[in-house]
Amino acid sequence: MRTISYVRSEILPEQPPPPNSMGIIGWARVNLFNGWFNSILTVISVYFLYLFFVNLIPWVLTPTWQATSLKECREINTALTGHHSGACWGVITERWPQFIFGFYSREILWRPILVFLLFLATIAPILFEKAPRRLLYLAPVFPFLAVWLLWGGSVWSPIAQFLGLVSGYLIWFILKGKFNAVIVLLATIAGPIMWWLFCTSFISEILSGLLPFEIQVLPSRDFGGLLLSLTIGLTAIFGSLPLGILLALGRQSDLLIVKVLCVWFIEFIRGVPLITLLFVASTLLNIFMPPGTNFDIIMRVVIMVTLFSAAYMAEVIRGGLAGLPNGQYEAANALGLSYWKAQRLIIMPQALKISIPGIVSNFIGVLKDTTLVSVIGLFDPIGLTTVVLADMRWNGVYWELNVFVAACFFIFCFSMSRYSMYLERKLRKEN
Amino acid sequence: MAQHQDYKKPAFELSMLVYDTRYRSTSFQVIALIIFFTFVWWLINNTMSNLAISGKDIDFAFLVNESNYDINQKLLEYDSRSTHGRAAILGVLNTLVLSVMGCITATILGVFVGISRLSTNWIIARIMTIYIEIFRNVPLLLWILLIMSMVAHSFPRPKSFRGADPSATMKLFDSVALTNRGFYIPEPLFSNGFGDLGFFSNSFYISLDLMAILAVLGVSIWAAGKVKKRAKSIQEDTGIRPTTWYIRLALIFIPTILLLFVLGFYLGYPELKGFNFKGGIHLRNSLIALWIALSLYTSAFIGEIVRSGILAVSKGQTEAAGALGIKPNVIMALVILPQALRVIVPPLISNYLNLTKNSSLAIAVGYMDLTGTLMGITLNQTGRELETLLLGMSIYLCISLMISAVINWYNRRNDLVER
Repeated sequence: MRTISYVRSEILPEQPPPPNSMGIIGWARVNLFNGWFNSILTVISVYFLYLFFVNLIPWVLTPTWQATSLKECREINTALTGHHSGACWGVITERWPQFIFGFYSREILWRPILVFLLFLATIAPILFEKAPRRLLYLAPVFPFLAVWLLWGGSVWSPIAQFLGLVSGYLIWFILKGKFNAVIVLLATIAGPIMWWLFCTSFISEILSGLLPFEIQVLPSRDFGGLLLSLTIGLTAIFGSLPLGILLALGRQSDLLIVKVLCVWFIEFIRGVPLITLLFVASTLLNIFMPPGTNFDIIMRVVIMVTLFSAAYMAEVIRGGLAGLPNGQYEAANALGLSYWKAQRLIIMPQALKISIPGIVSNFIGVLKDTTLVSVIGLFDPIGLTTVVLADMRWNGVYWELNVFVAACFFIFCFSMSRYSMYLERKLRKEN
Repeated sequence: MAQHQDYKKPAFELSMLVYDTRYRSTSFQVIALIIFFTFVWWLINNTMSNLAISGKDIDFAFLVNESNYDINQKLLEYDSRSTHGRAAILGVLNTLVLSVMGCITATILGVFVGISRLSTNWIIARIMTIYIEIFRNVPLLLWILLIMSMVAHSFPRPKSFRGADPSATMKLFDSVALTNRGFYIPEPLFSNGFGDLGFFSNSFYISLDLMAILAVLGVSIWAAGKVKKRAKSIQEDTGIRPTTWYIRLALIFIPTILLLFVLGFYLGYPELKGFNFKGGIHLRNSLIALWIALSLYTSAFIGEIVRSGILAVSKGQTEAAGALGIKPNVIMALVILPQALRVIVPPLISNYLNLTKNSSLAIAVGYMDLTGTLMGITLNQTGRELETLLLGMSIYLCISLMISAVINWYNRRNDLVER
């Protein structure tokens, strides 16, 4: 006896989904109007966005790129809209080279540009897998080349300094395997330092006497704009990473005295604002040096920013070290690796990978913090705005200048943060 | 029996200091210590000889000398005949005021931003992402200068509040005046208050009324906590939780309101007199600009912390609690928040620390905080770089170490016990 009155014997053809769950309407229903609360939020935020852009766009889109003074801008804007509010972009057209290069002599702008290109070439193999590995050979040469190209002077002094690095390499190469690793390491460090202290100036003088080759010298006070920010920021970034690793290892170390010294250093630097350290750089650092030494101001600032950033870097890397499971340390010990080998081959690659987001956000912080040098009277982009505002023709164009400077920093910082995300994704896939 | 030879301890050799792991660490530490002390000695030696050359000495006596400069935003009485030491103390107070104000608003904004960024509403989430990226990727100094120029240029001058037909009016029932010189807000006054309690022959003073209110509020909150605890123990014994929220609310508010009534609390409104406002509390435009800039900038970081804290609690926790039959709002309060807070609070406090340190940028807009007084004008007037910077840095260090101690205390209290 059949109890079921009807059974379908064939499959129904597929039907399209309901029209209001597809396409733009479906997307809007899911993402913008799911529930009365979200609908109200959407309407309110769209209204505010509308207000924002309606007020912003006429201000931004003013044909003032060719104006030569604020007065002229106002005339153009008044002729166009009837009132003089509106951006005055002429100041950017006129002053953008100054915001990028500062007071760097206009005839030799190829030098900072070349340094920047060389820098990109040097870090390309680190950043991208596809870049030729051979470019890595630039890395040891680049710092000396960059300093020489930026500040100018005799070609022999960077070469003599570079020879110090070569001497260190030679000492390591000759002594390697013949003595205890510690002695070799000490000799490798001591050799170049001795060279830089006693031989460099002597040799470079002799060589310049024999074959003088000089390029125009640029004093540090001519540095400014993004050039100054990037010089300080990038030097501090690349100096602080190794220093931060050492400090982090010191803080995790079993050696009590080393640990205490590292903790004191890190806590002190992290406990005071960068601006006070910059005050130290500008007023006190010369007092701490032997009488008669006169350090270059950019050098002093770079030292302080590097130390500052290294302390933060140490804490980030310590977080990475703490994130590693104990088993990794135990496995390295079980393999009989020495402390440094275990760090180099097992611990650091993993710890650094974990701490990439922190490291990069620290880099971004350093780059942003270079703007503080305007407080001690250096002409970074923010310091330059006061210079431009002092010009009678441009007195009163705060917004355009600040927006331009903000955009410059945003480009650098934002691309760094995006790169770190890309790196994280890439490294995660490899596992 | 003769085969077995006793192991002889090898005699000590000099090379063992490097090769033998038993001695190696000690010898390294001794070397590190020697290098450190040599370095410190070198620094001190250089400093001494440099000071001798320039004919200076290390002397903090300038702190009791007349400062000859004025401080525009002040919590205590101060004029140009007060001492440098007093200027420094006012600077510290100004730093703390700015930091506390900034921390409160940055937290509120940051929580809002973090939660909104997780919103299912596409537009809200996008706007918040843009907000965070814009504030995190542009230097704070730039924000401070931008907002300072905004405050100084877009608010009306006090002059425009005058006349029969003023172009600007006071806001919030004529109680708040927003001018380009700063904001004037009502101040709390007491018609029969206790007055001030002076210290050190009345050079410093604390409002007794404020202390009384804080004391009463503290006792009320403690009592309300007791009521909650009792309710909890009743719930544990009987399974029924007595409704206590109105008792607790009354316990907190009624005594304080009664005290305010007894003290004769009223608001002193700012009034336009002559060319400027008189009465009320004057928040200078530099303070306002710094407050807004620090709050917005820090809120972007706090927003990210809040977001990652909420995401850190895995979805299984919500589902498991739901499977136990717990109500959604109780799940939030008892399951999600306690776990998310463990992730959120330590970086949150370290952001407060950053905000406090960033408040030193006040010097760029002329707000007289510690950097502006002690390490700014006092330094320039007395020429005592070493002493002022040393003192200023140690004050900042003290503030930071106190905040770090709070983080450590929180971490210790909430540490999960692992193997």
